[in-house]
Amino acid sequence: MTAVEEHPVVEATPEFEALAARQERRRGALYALPAYLYLVVFFAIPFLIVVVYSFATRTRTGGVELGGWNLDSYQRLGEEIVRDVLVRSVVLAIVTTLICLVIAYPFAYFITTRSPAVRNVMLALVMIPFWTNFLVRNYAWRLILANEGPLSNTTDAVGLGPTEILFTQSAVVLGMVYAFLPFMVLPLYASIERIDTSLIEASRDLYGNARQTFTSVIFPLSLPGVVAGSILVFVPSAGAYVTPAILGGNKNVLLGSYIVDQFGNARNFPFGASLSVVLMVLMLTATLAYFRSGGRNL
Amino acid sequence: MDVRVVAQTSEWGDELMTAAVELTGITKRFGDVTAVDHVDLVIEDGEFFAMLGPSGCGKTTTLRMIAGLEFPTEGSLKIFGDEVGTLPPNKRPVNTVFQNYALFPHMNVLDNVAFGLRMRKVSKSEARARAAEAIGLVQLAGLENRKPSQMSGGQQQRVALARALVNEPKVLLLDEPLGALDLKLRQEMQGELKALQSELGVSFVFVTHDQEEALTMSDRIAVMHDGKLLQVGTPEEIYERPTSRFVADFIGQTNLLEGTVEDASTICLANGARVAASSDHGVGAKVALSLRPERAQLGARGSAPSGPSVDGVVGRMTYLGNARVYTVKLDWMEVEVREENRPGVELHAPGTEVTVSWDPQAISVVTDS
Repeated sequence: MTAVEEHPVVEATPEFEALAARQERRRGALYALPAYLYLVVFFAIPFLIVVVYSFATRTRTGGVELGGWNLDSYQRLGEEIVRDVLVRSVVLAIVTTLICLVIAYPFAYFITTRSPAVRNVMLALVMIPFWTNFLVRNYAWRLILANEGPLSNTTDAVGLGPTEILFTQSAVVLGMVYAFLPFMVLPLYASIERIDTSLIEASRDLYGNARQTFTSVIFPLSLPGVVAGSILVFVPSAGAYVTPAILGGNKNVLLGSYIVDQFGNARNFPFGASLSVVLMVLMLTATLAYFRSGGRNL
Repeated sequence: MDVRVVAQTSEWGDELMTAAVELTGITKRFGDVTAVDHVDLVIEDGEFFAMLGPSGCGKTTTLRMIAGLEFPTEGSLKIFGDEVGTLPPNKRPVNTVFQNYALFPHMNVLDNVAFGLRMRKVSKSEARARAAEAIGLVQLAGLENRKPSQMSGGQQQRVALARALVNEPKVLLLDEPLGALDLKLRQEMQGELKALQSELGVSFVFVTHDQEEALTMSDRIAVMHDGKLLQVGTPEEIYERPTSRFVADFIGQTNLLEGTVEDASTICLANGARVAASSDHGVGAKVALSLRPERAQLGARGSAPSGPSVDGVVGRMTYLGNARVYTVKLDWMEVEVREENRPGVELHAPGTEVTVSWDPQAISVVTDS
């Protein structure tokens, strides 16, 4: 019998497998194309323009001369006033992040201990503020915090004296904590919820009391969520513009408004561009740190 | 609260030995569901004790109550004489090997094993030394720095064992510890667990749904079904003298021939045939004869059987290599008869008229509960 001749053997040669793998990769690239194009057109190219501008020269009339490339705008970052703006912005962002973490962690943990139905309701409640326009919410805070406003009147009525908090850094932090808290709650919830309850039981079985179980098992295992939430709060806080503008007044300028000023009143595009690049690098560093630590845990 | 005090019945009851674990009237309800229903159980010190039953029978819940991971709704739970029913797990002298090991993924093997000691504030150097010793005991020396995710299922199982044993628990609880392992590894670990238990002399309480595992490993077995404890005994007692239909059917294979007690030594089967069987059930009680396939003999119709018998016709035959299993059609039901595949054993072709007979000592009379 010559079965081999009648039924030719199909063979997956290395060449064939390489071809198949190549096709598979190409198909994957095709699916990613829309998002890829969008990011290139609306993010990569504009950002490149910003980088180019940061090395350009400001003309006397406030225009930009693309030529005579120099580092002048980066040298200005060393000026005391600019350093103050940078440091103040980073410190306020860190304070906001820490306050969010302290408030959100117990809350996220509490949600994970509820039944699935209750969890969904609570998570929906966390999202509800997003249904109202961000600006409107900031102005609402301005009304609440105003002198002679509800907060001030309340503290006055209970004998604590009027609260004059509006247009201070505290008001800015308060507003940012309020605005960015959901960004902390959600990743924390996701990472705490993912912890296998049998690990908590194992810790209790191995003589861990509630506190030890938290510090040795629950918190370390929720670190990816802690880091993710911190990045998600830190990044927008560091560049925040709306909240400092509405609740902070003009006394203590933060990076966001400072950049806007350079492109607006000051008409110094190269300097505004260099500040933007600094902000980008800051956030990129924070994000890279996140992926690093995310890789190390689990 | 309805706490029933039940007289302690154990082989050594008179010698006033303190039981390792003593459950009295233990009940656990989750809402409307009664997961464990008035279980009375005494587990002796140094015993390899299996809790056996199908999933959902309450065996794991019972184990978790001993561990302190669930609190009983009712009843008394004592460990070495101390009432612990409402103590949290970290205040009980027991440790658990969890079903999926529950190893801490962010710690290496050494830190996993040393966890219990660290929680109890044992000095760092002593904890390390004892953990290393326990790791050696389960033959994982050299892998102290591995993360659980870098280990095979069998190795993870050993880490879980070391992590529990390093604390020198008075009772070790194991929740389906071998369920996730493949057959060969499981058989290997069965032997090792048994050896470890007799070496340490600590009670092992072992939850399983695998009857063979329970039979081969345990000193005693408790069979549970629907939250109730049906029977407790040595593997031999459970297999040879089941008291309920469920136990007879769940442990090994059996034929259940329905009948009614006629007097202390006779049972009237469903077709009216009277067979000799001694039972202490009252006259008129609905019972069943549990006849194991390997305990029944097949003979040509008319050959005078030595014991009780019923007539039937051979239906199917299944060839198992070492044995043949015949399905024999009786007037009112089918029974299975297993014959070892030895030279000289007579074959019975389908359709042959046969008589199924048995030794009266080889059957058990069982009831619903």
